[in-house]
Amino acid sequence: MTAATLPGRNADKRERVMITPEGLTLPVTVASRGSRAGALIIDVMIIVFGLLAFHALLFWIAGGLLEGTELDPSAAPRGAREFLQILLIIFVFVSWYGYFLVQELSPRGATFGKRMVGIRIAPRHGGRLAPEAVIARNLLRDIELFYPLGFIIVLLLGSAIGEDVGPLAWIATGWFALFLLLPFFNRDRLRAGDIIAGTWVVESPRTKLASALSTQGAAARGASDLTGVRYEFGEAELSIYGEKELQTLERMLRESPPEALAKVHATICLKIGWDPGAGDERAFLEAFYAQLRAKLESELRFGKRKADKFS
Amino acid sequence: MKTPILSSWFGRGAVAAPPDIESATLRSDRFRLEREGDWRRLEDIVARMERGGLKRIPDEELLALPALYRTAASSLAVARETSLDAATIAYLESLVQRAWFQVYGPPRGFAAWLRDFIGGGWSRAVRGMWLDICVALFVMVAGSVVGWLLVARDEAWYYRLVPGTMADARVPGASREDLLATLATEESAAGLSTFAAYLFSNNSAVCILAFALGFAFGIPSLLLLVHNMALLGAMVWLFSGQGLTVELAAWLSVHGTTELFGILLSGAAGLHIGRSMAFPGTRPVLTAASEAGRRGAVVMVGVVIMMVIAALLEAFPRQLVDGTGPRFLIGGTMLAFWLAYFFLYRPRAARNEALE
Repeated sequence: MTAATLPGRNADKRERVMITPEGLTLPVTVASRGSRAGALIIDVMIIVFGLLAFHALLFWIAGGLLEGTELDPSAAPRGAREFLQILLIIFVFVSWYGYFLVQELSPRGATFGKRMVGIRIAPRHGGRLAPEAVIARNLLRDIELFYPLGFIIVLLLGSAIGEDVGPLAWIATGWFALFLLLPFFNRDRLRAGDIIAGTWVVESPRTKLASALSTQGAAARGASDLTGVRYEFGEAELSIYGEKELQTLERMLRESPPEALAKVHATICLKIGWDPGAGDERAFLEAFYAQLRAKLESELRFGKRKADKFS
Repeated sequence: MKTPILSSWFGRGAVAAPPDIESATLRSDRFRLEREGDWRRLEDIVARMERGGLKRIPDEELLALPALYRTAASSLAVARETSLDAATIAYLESLVQRAWFQVYGPPRGFAAWLRDFIGGGWSRAVRGMWLDICVALFVMVAGSVVGWLLVARDEAWYYRLVPGTMADARVPGASREDLLATLATEESAAGLSTFAAYLFSNNSAVCILAFALGFAFGIPSLLLLVHNMALLGAMVWLFSGQGLTVELAAWLSVHGTTELFGILLSGAAGLHIGRSMAFPGTRPVLTAASEAGRRGAVVMVGVVIMMVIAALLEAFPRQLVDGTGPRFLIGGTMLAFWLAYFFLYRPRAARNEALE
């Protein structure tokens, strides 16, 4: 039970509300730090391996240039070698700064890594995601991430080989580490780039439309396919549960295996004072779900809400 | 919890025909089945827009998009009040949010943005931070004066300010001929394009650093400016000792007017962010920071372009063109061009820009 409530509580802490220009409130979930770190690791891996592959390709081509020159580098065609060098420098620069920029400017608002973990960037106060905002947030990545990490690695290596690192190095590292840890110090998990760009990173939902429950099985026909029994519940039996239980039951009908349904079946029967049978749990639950929902929804139309079984 | 993400990558999955509306016993499910077709159509259009390529979407679908979006939004509003089907509401919330990103998403492509950037957006952003440019200019001048004074007082400072790789022949006590030789031209253009590419990538990275450091209230940006300019001051001191000030200035001006201007702008952009965070005025700090950050980002795109030009100038004309006069001419022209572009070129803002 505790394991089930913990993720729920975390999700609430990241829950925010966005208001569309139509005045409709939409829930948005701020992406967790873990998924952002995961996305970043994927992206950096892609860049690094891409660059390595490009290096290897260039070396292979450069190796070809030496053919027929008795492997004497000075005899290789100079222009071609220079061209490869320039290509390399430009490619490194463009992929380092362009990778994030180009992908986040696209309609998806996410890099490859972000898409894989299901998050995207969005403007913090609604409105539109301007290109300048994407540029601004990406220009800060170096000082937020690679300088601190570089400093820390140099420090660790230095102290590992017994070199004396002065207090200044520690101060610089601490100062850079502040940038690295900035997302831990604010509610919306903004990094420095997000702050100056006015953006944040949110989960991009990909919910598929589930099938309508009341068109199938015992919910539609009112009778079990298996036994032909009609389940009819009275007013008293249907007024025990509220919306929260209804939606739990909905989730279970969509996802849970028969054993779990059998348990729910037993619990509900106990609560409403029926004698739990066996073998026809699904039909029972479908019928109960449809009738409970019909009752709660008709009350809803008169402005009466029953949030859960305690209210 | 979010397993469907990966599955959405592989194949789109056949869309099952919705069941007969009459078969639904619940009123809220009938409501849903009546509108389901519109929702799925919207989802399909949005998914294709996300995959990129507005051009591949037919006009009639683009025209239908706002109406479909409003249908879904109003369905969501109604469903929240009448339906207890959590799955449908969750689907609608996610659909409306995705569609919202596309309907109110970036209005123009990158090409259109770039056109606007060259045609006024850049110079507008530069003028927007005039105060920071003045401060940064003052700091740069002060930095080079400090560099000069330090070295003039004690030559040991020279070795601290100028990194070892640069101090090949350019060391205190070098003869006039040695110093002149460092200002001379190369005999051929071979190898210079690599030099240019390296210069560009290195200088742009330094400029981006100067901008990014502005986040810490702008102070590190200014320190970076002082440090770089102190090096210049030390250089000027060295060459003026042999009466070569004019030659050095000419040599520097070829690319320096563009490069130093770019460094000035990136330092100013960093300072602009730092200043707006330290003194946000009546705006909330985060709003002030994001306004300044966007303006700074525009300037920084421009700085990268300036660094390309500066690197080309540094590698080719500076190393190939000899003589003080022609060098000054190139440098002066570039400076005049930048000043005119930033401060005299004031096209009217496009209308949508003015509304924002």
